[in-house]
Amino acid sequence: MTTRITVRIQADAFDVADETDALNSPNEDVGAVSTFIGYCRSEGGRLNALELEHYPGMAEDEIKRVVDEACTRWPLSSASVIHRYGVMKPGDGIVFVGTASTHRAEAFAACEFLMDYLKTRAPFWKKEYRADGNIGDWVEAKSDDDAAAARWTSKT
Amino acid sequence: MTEIKIVYFAWVRERVGVAEEIIDVPQNDLTVEALAELLSQRDEGYALAFENPKLVRAAIDRVHAKPSDMIAGAREIAFFPPMTGG
Repeated sequence: MTTRITVRIQADAFDVADETDALNSPNEDVGAVSTFIGYCRSEGGRLNALELEHYPGMAEDEIKRVVDEACTRWPLSSASVIHRYGVMKPGDGIVFVGTASTHRAEAFAACEFLMDYLKTRAPFWKKEYRADGNIGDWVEAKSDDDAAAARWTSKT
Repeated sequence: MTEIKIVYFAWVRERVGVAEEIIDVPQNDLTVEALAELLSQRDEGYALAFENPKLVRAAIDRVHAKPSDMIAGAREIAFFPPMTGG
């Protein structure tokens, strides 16, 4: 199956409705669209913003490699990943992942796989801007994220 | 000696003090790990950036690399912390 792949790295906000509609067009054989949106959180009021730094060039290439891997595992008619960089406020969407397939199982699984792999492979880093006005620390990678990505390697 | 471009990101960049630089390396028999060791000897900032090798990841020509990978023929090497996107 030829998958229509969209990968964008951008500073601008994305429109969830537009991106979701794009996954389902043309829609003759699409029976399922699954989407995930990752948002900036305030961590209970502790943070004013997050700044996302990325590795231009590699970020897009690496996400494309992850999407290609998903396409070898599931029959997808479309797959989209949009990842933003720059300063995000709590409530702002940081990443959009969407998959379209004939049936829901493939769309759900591929969407979760893409997100798990992006977390550990896409070259992005988050820096905290604290509500007290100070620039905080770089967010540390979680071992949970490695574990989430690793569970896909034991499946076919 | 061969010139190679090195780029740094996030706290590795902040500790090293530059976002990118061109350095001369004895390219043919150098691994990513050996390059990191060489860089860590440059000054205190580099030493701090590379003090815990397990926390510094690398890419060769914009593809993830292992510490044991050779940098021979590479145009651009990147060093950065574990990724926290998404």
